[in-house]
Order: sequence, then C-alpha cells, then structure tokens
Amino acid sequence: MRILANTNFNFIRWRWHAFVLSVAIIATGIATMVSRGGLALGVDFTGGTVIVLQFAQPTGEDVVRQALRSLGAGEIAVQRYGAANQNQIMVRLPLLAGVEQGSNLDADAARVEEALKAASIGEFKRISRDLVGPTIGRDLRRKGIMATILALLGIMTYIALRFRFSFGVGAMIASVHDVLVTLSLLMLFQYELTLNVVAAILTLTGYGVNDQIVVFDRVRENLRKSRAEPLAHVINKSVNQTLPRTVITAGVTFLAVLALFLFGGEVLEGFAFAMLVGIITSTYSTVYIASAVAVILSKRRGGGGPQTMTQAQAKARRRA
Amino acid sequence: MYANLRWKILAVLAVTVLAVWSFYPPSQKIKLGLDLRGGVQMVLRVHTDDALKVETETAADQLHEALKAAGIAPTAVKALSLTEFMVEGIPQTSDAQFRQVADQQVTGSFDRESRGGGSHVFRMRPNIAVRNRSDAVTQALQTIERRVNEYGVTEPIVAPYGASGDQILVALPGVDDVNRAKDLIGRTARLEIKLVEGVAADEATLLQSHGGKLPPDMETRPGLSGTQGDPSKVLYLVKRTPVVTGTDLRNARPTIDDFNQPAVSFSLNNDGAVKFGKATGANIGRQLAIILDDFVQSAPVIEGRIEREGRITGSFTPQEAEDLSLVLRSGALPASLSYLEERTVGPSLGQDSIRAGIIASIVGLTFVALFMLSYYRLAGINAIVSVALNLVILLGFMAYIGSVMTLPGIAGFILTIGIGVDSNVLIFERIREEVAANKGARQAVAAGFDRVFLTILDTHIASLISAAFLFQFGTGTIRGFATTLFFGLLSNVFTAVFVSRTLFEFVLSRRPAGAVRLSI
Repeated sequence: MRILANTNFNFIRWRWHAFVLSVAIIATGIATMVSRGGLALGVDFTGGTVIVLQFAQPTGEDVVRQALRSLGAGEIAVQRYGAANQNQIMVRLPLLAGVEQGSNLDADAARVEEALKAASIGEFKRISRDLVGPTIGRDLRRKGIMATILALLGIMTYIALRFRFSFGVGAMIASVHDVLVTLSLLMLFQYELTLNVVAAILTLTGYGVNDQIVVFDRVRENLRKSRAEPLAHVINKSVNQTLPRTVITAGVTFLAVLALFLFGGEVLEGFAFAMLVGIITSTYSTVYIASAVAVILSKRRGGGGPQTMTQAQAKARRRA
Repeated sequence: MYANLRWKILAVLAVTVLAVWSFYPPSQKIKLGLDLRGGVQMVLRVHTDDALKVETETAADQLHEALKAAGIAPTAVKALSLTEFMVEGIPQTSDAQFRQVADQQVTGSFDRESRGGGSHVFRMRPNIAVRNRSDAVTQALQTIERRVNEYGVTEPIVAPYGASGDQILVALPGVDDVNRAKDLIGRTARLEIKLVEGVAADEATLLQSHGGKLPPDMETRPGLSGTQGDPSKVLYLVKRTPVVTGTDLRNARPTIDDFNQPAVSFSLNNDGAVKFGKATGANIGRQLAIILDDFVQSAPVIEGRIEREGRITGSFTPQEAEDLSLVLRSGALPASLSYLEERTVGPSLGQDSIRAGIIASIVGLTFVALFMLSYYRLAGINAIVSVALNLVILLGFMAYIGSVMTLPGIAGFILTIGIGVDSNVLIFERIREEVAANKGARQAVAAGFDRVFLTILDTHIASLISAAFLFQFGTGTIRGFATTLFFGLLSNVFTAVFVSRTLFEFVLSRRPAGAVRLSI
C-alpha cells in the first residue's frame, strides 16, 4: 500500500493562497481575542483559585452558581468537570483585589466551600484545589514568553547553521505561524491558556521543526544532484518527495495524540487539543510557509539563478 | 554476511536487560508525581526582611548592654529601619571609649556614621545584609525539612525555588490534611521565656506604675490570663531580654498538665539550664511568661529554682500539643512565611488520571501498531519493536535518574511513540525509494539508513533544544514532561537507527545475499 507516491503538486505556486488562509485564521483569532478582552489566561498565569468538588448526588451547575451568588465576587465561573457521571464541578475565581500577597491565599477557597455548605445543596468533597498568588502568576507569564522566544531563536540558529540562513528564517516564521494559529484555535474553541497548554505549544515548536528539517535536508541533497535547476523547483520537488513521510508521520502522531485527547482525562484535554491543532498546522506550514519563505528570501538575495545555486552547492559539499 | 551482527544483537539485548532491570518492579522503582499520587505542593516566600530586622535589633540591644557595662549611658538606642539603628546622646567626654566599644561589638557587620551631637548611625553592610537574607532562607529550608520529616511524609520535597532567592518549594505526597500541614510548616514557633513586670487588662493600667511610659528595657505582649479555662486576653509587661529562648531547648514533647489538660513539656540544654537556673533561683515568687510567637501562653509563678524542665500550658487540644512539640523540636523559623501558590490533588483524582493515562497510552500504541503493520507489512513489526524498546529504555532512564512520573509525563510517553514512529517512517520511506530505484534489498536498507541518519540527528537536536527550554520554564509536572521528552528523544536515536537496522540486518542475513524482495 502506498499513499501520495511520486506526486508532483506545485506547492510553491499556491504560496500566496496559503498565506491568505493563514492570515485569515490568525486574524479571526486576534479578533476573538480582542472581543473577549485579551487572551484567556488560566489561573496559572493570572493568579486565582480553582476548586474541583465532587458531589454525592448529581448536582447542576446552576444550583452551584446560585449557592455561590451570595459571595458576590464578580466572575465566579462554575462548570462541569470530567465525565458526566462523576458529578464533579469546577469552580474558578479570579484573584480578588482584597487578597493580600500570599497571606491568605486560601481565603477565597474557604469562602466557596462555606457558602456551598450553608446552601445545603448536598454532600460534597474537595478533589483538587489550585491557589495561585499574583507573584507566581507573573513569574510564570514571563518565563513562558521567554522560554517560547528562546526556544524559537535556538532552533532557528541551529537550522541557519546547519543549512542556510534563509532556511532558518523560514523555519522561524513557520514556527511563529504555528504558535499563532494554535493560539487562535484555542481561543475559538474556548480553551484556556494553562501551564499544560503552554507546554504543548513549546513542544510544537520542536515538532514542527522536525518536518522542516526533513524537507530542507532533501533540498540540500537535491541541490547537490542537479546544479542547474532553480531553487523553487528543487524545493517543490523535495516537498513532493518527502510528502508521504510528512503525511504519514503527521497522521500517526495525530492518532496517538487523539487517543490522549479522547481518553487522557480532563487535566490533559487542553494540552492534547493544542497538540492536535499544532500537528496539522505544522505539517501545513512546512509545505507552505517554511519552504515559501526560503524561496522568497533566496530570490531577494540573488534571484535563485545559477550563481546562488553554485554557492549553495559549494556549502552543501563542504558539509557533506 | 554482516560484520559484527552478533555483537550488535548482543548490545541491543544488553541495553534491554539493563533498562528492564533498572525499572523493575515498576511499582517500587517508578515514582509517581503529586498529580498522580495525590498530595499538596506549595511555594512559600521567606520574609527575609524579618531576619534583617531581628539582626539589627539584636545588634542594637547588644551594643546598648555593652555600653552600659562600660559605664556609658546613651539617651536612646533605636532601630531606624531594617538595616539601621541609631545611638543618641553619647557625652563628648566618653566619645573615644564609645568608639572603642562600638568597634568591638558591631564593626564588621555595621558601618558607623557620626551625625554630630553624640549621635551615631549604624548601617548594616550590604554584603552582610545579603548574607543574612540567604542565611535566613537556608535556615528556613532546614527547619521546614525537619518539620516535614517529623510529620512523617514519605518522599517529601523541600527545595529552593525560582530565581528571586527567597522562595521555597514544598511538596508533600499523600498528605490530605492540608491545613494542618500548612500550620506545621508555616508556624514561626519562636519560644521565649521572659520575666513578667506586670499584668493588666489594658495598656494604660499596665504602665501606670511607670508613669505611663514604656521603660526602654521592657515590652508589652498580649496573652491568656493564665486562669484555667479562661479564654479572655490580657496584656503583659515583660522584660525585653529573654531568660531562655527556643534555641536553648533540647527536647519538647506532649504531656498532660495538673488539670489533666494536654500540654507540652520541654527540657533545656546545658547552656539553657545554667541561665534558667540562675534566673529562677533569683526570682522566686515572681511570674515567668512563656511566650510563643509574641503571644503569652501562660505565666506561672516561680516556686523554686528550676534548671532543666519546664511546661507550656494553655488551652490545647491533644493534636495541638503534639504539633507544638513538633515545631519546638524542629526549631524556630528565622522569618515569617507566606504562601504564594498551593496545589492540592486528592487521591481519587490521581487514580482517575493514572487510569486515563494508561488507557490513552494503550489506545495510542494500538492505533500506531495497526497502522504500521498494515502500511509497512513485515517492516511494521520492526517499527513496533523499536518503538516499544524506546519506551522500555525511557522507563529505565526515568527510574535510573529518579525522575517522577507525572500526568504530562505520560503525555510525553505518548509523544515519544509519535517521535519513534516518525523516525521509522522516514527510514522506511527512504528504503522504499531505494527499492524503487532497483537496488537489492541489502543495498536499499543500507542506503536508507545511511542517508537518513543525519536528518534524524538534525530533527532530534532541534527537538532537544525546545525540550531543554521547556525544562527551564517548567515547574513540577511540566518538568516531568520535559524530562520524558528529552530522554525519549535520546533513546529514540538509538532504537530507531541502531536497533531497527540490526533487526533488518538480522532478517536479511538469513536470506541469500542477492535477495531483492523486501516486505516494506
């Protein structure tokens, strides 16, 4: 059995269409973000309280919300958690202005449990509780942004050193694209940005680059074989040659992560979702973004004519 | 025949055995993280300002005492800020002598600055302040560690945290009474025993006999009235300098007092016993305040000379008495603490997560195995063996370095499956291309592996870079994920390239050298 063997799609020709599609998705994401007043950050980054309670009897979200109304604390979010038959409810509170730095981190959580007991809506026990103070939230926000930027720069430098500078830039732009598209889809599907989701995004930067390296590697090999061909042709040929591998790998990894998404439980759902989106996006961006940017940049720096070719070959030979 | 094939097979078997030996039996060798086991994890901040304040006040007091002993009487010695205190009213005549005493007492830690008119400001040296702060954090770490160990938590973590230098991470697996654990850890537990100069309901009455002003060598402290079962609070006037403090303790344990109420008895070390004996012998009939964290627990009347043993009474429950003895035994914290973060996972949620993680792994592995077998036929077996071996080696690694398994770590395992398959697909596709170019089976396999090796190395290095940054960013559970990913990538280079190739060569070695067909 074979899929996509000996294809000859002209990917590079469609690069501007792809560009429009990506911009459209990212723009939608940004529009959603603006309309909701910013990225939906989880308590890991904003500070706040998350409590998961398990009720002995089936208990509706409305009942819990009603019971907590007396607290009057602005935005208490109440939602079902985990499998439907487990009667678990998650209550999330933002960091209240009155909460002093750390001194009474658990005050909000205690008030929620008291209010629920007072409302006598049935027996419950606490399954998990996350209390995050403002300092930790701020630290993690900074660290998360730094880690993502540094990881991207590190990978770009590596590719620029191993291949060509323009490939490094292509990889970088493709990775940034993947991160933005993943964030946009997370926004559209109403997932919060938690610690786990950021971990998924960081993992994606590494994963997406895998695809790009495979293509770039083939480009290098083909450049060595055929000297006269323009770079755009070579890249297009290389993308086609590696297409079965690209699609199969993405498909198989997608299946494995799909299992995680379906059966991995509530805690990892956001993580798995971000990975699923990222796998598709990074496959697409390898074909359209990374290669296209490499072509565009190489043209600007000498027109992809014979001269550029020879330089590239010389480089490739020295490394081989 | 392939050269060294026998050795390659032996190497693969040896690595497999080593990995299995390292994590077997998994229930003992693989440690579960808090999110799978249940428990609580906290980040605390040590208020190192407290330690500086104490240091400055102590230095001021000591200098004051030394000056008095030398016959110099300043009009005032007072703390100005966390790191500064001022001595006022040194007569011109004793200036030289003052300088000498001051140099002996505090120079080295404090810089002196003359303000004229007999006033001098002492400022803690910046390097000393930095050292005091870091000492306070180290001391807090050690104290918390002792408390946690005595509390009986298995495999707790007490470690410095973050870049600010004053944060501590405490992880207590399996603990479900979070509030009690927090009380035990966060309690300052500074014990002081001081002579009582007066007791009254309010400050005005208390200071009446002193002309309404607090004498410089005394201070007021709130406390219980001391009558059994009376919860009302009164105010005590006590000497500033304690007779003994918590550092003079040798031991503390829960006991029962004369009214059959839970109490804590303590014994003093040699130094403490000498001081205590002298003070109690000289002050028979007076009251002695037992002060815990600036609150007077009780103020018994001294009935005779006491040296080693004492008792703290109050309205304790048996558990409070037990906890108080524990914190006294472990010593006082050098500074107060606050909680920056707390994450609690109940044991039931941990169980659910383990089950979900295992189901997801098995389903994921099955998906992948079915696909590889149907798409690459016999070579699919090759892929499955190398992916499975990758997971085995990864488990071995994790057990060997003592890394904990977290829920994101399980996700790391599933991703490792994906990475392993990726390498195999890359190789197999290449072999297919070589076969299509009419090469014999052996040449095709050899060319496939040779050509792809560098690509695999490049992809893995790029992924390792992002895993390393992930580790830097992460805390607790995310680190579990980053570690898994990191070692999964490393062992995958071995399994996908070396093991898979050995398997191919093993199969091909049993067929005639010119064979062309390859099940791929």
